[in-house]
Amino acid sequence: MVTNEASMKRNGIQDYVSTRTTAAIMTAFTFFMVYFFVTTSVITFEVWQSLFANIYMKAFTLATLISIMIHVRIGLWQVLTDYVKPTGLRAGLQYVLNLIAFAYVAVGLFVLWGV
Amino acid sequence: MMLDFSIYRYNPDVDDAPKMRDYQLEVEDGQDMMVLDALIALKEKDPTLSFRRSCREGVCGSDGMNMNGKNGLACITPLSALRKGKIVVRPLPGLPVVRDLVVDMTQFYTQYEKIKPFLINDDKQPPAREFIQSQEDRAKLDGLYECILCACCSSSCPSFWWNPDKFIGPAGLLHAYRFLIDSRDTATDERLNNLDDAFSVFRCHGIMNCVSVCPKGLNPTKAIGQIKSMLLQRAV
Repeated sequence: MVTNEASMKRNGIQDYVSTRTTAAIMTAFTFFMVYFFVTTSVITFEVWQSLFANIYMKAFTLATLISIMIHVRIGLWQVLTDYVKPTGLRAGLQYVLNLIAFAYVAVGLFVLWGV
Repeated sequence: MMLDFSIYRYNPDVDDAPKMRDYQLEVEDGQDMMVLDALIALKEKDPTLSFRRSCREGVCGSDGMNMNGKNGLACITPLSALRKGKIVVRPLPGLPVVRDLVVDMTQFYTQYEKIKPFLINDDKQPPAREFIQSQEDRAKLDGLYECILCACCSSSCPSFWWNPDKFIGPAGLLHAYRFLIDSRDTATDERLNNLDDAFSVFRCHGIMNCVSVCPKGLNPTKAIGQIKSMLLQRAV
């Protein structure tokens, strides 16, 4: 068994479930947006604003942004542990990439609640 | 008919770096032969060419190598199955090369050892003569026990290339499931505990290279999926 310490305390089962559940939310959001673009003949600023003014849409979008953050965090940890072997460099890259993923959620949150 | 070969050559005692060397082999028109037979014929011309082989019939798993970019057993891969043109033969990828087509399989066996590839029984009810299995229970081992540990699958798996010290690899996991599903084995929890981390099983992303190269036609990805399900069911 690989120790928890050797894998930055990541849990295989938890990551496995998390990547799939977050992927389901992202897929649902993608399908919804495709449906929106296909079924809306003219997309004006008002139409776009009214879509995101809906509280359910705000919650759905926020859930998607958080899903992306979780998905990216797990996925990039896996990619980095594959390809970046020097521990210090990997930790630094993980820190920066996780920060960027969080920034997307934070900015998204402000944008959404500003609508 | 003249066949062209390009074969990976590396002798660490002599060479600074590996290189590909071209060979030609004369075969009768319409005649087919296995890659291993061709290599043996080439070795008669160049005795320094090194490769492993034993049974010559796909049972021992000694002559796993990469032929035209795909892992397989040289003894059961006919030349006719390889694309027309030059036949490129390399050692199994991802494993350290000892010499020419001979690889060091220590990492592969270390991972295999980890899964405790033997029947564990608590002996609380030792059978008088033998462990009886129902036909249904025995059938569960089909597609698992046939693995000959040739390492074609594990050495074609990128997850094993990048983490050979942590990821068990498709061959080891196929064997792990063979014992997990065995009705006579009583160490299921212990076995699952040993696999329950972020690397040992979950580094498999299901790309199925192992399935496409397995010379025995086995499906390690399916077995790994079953192990994931067992771990998941235990956790929720």
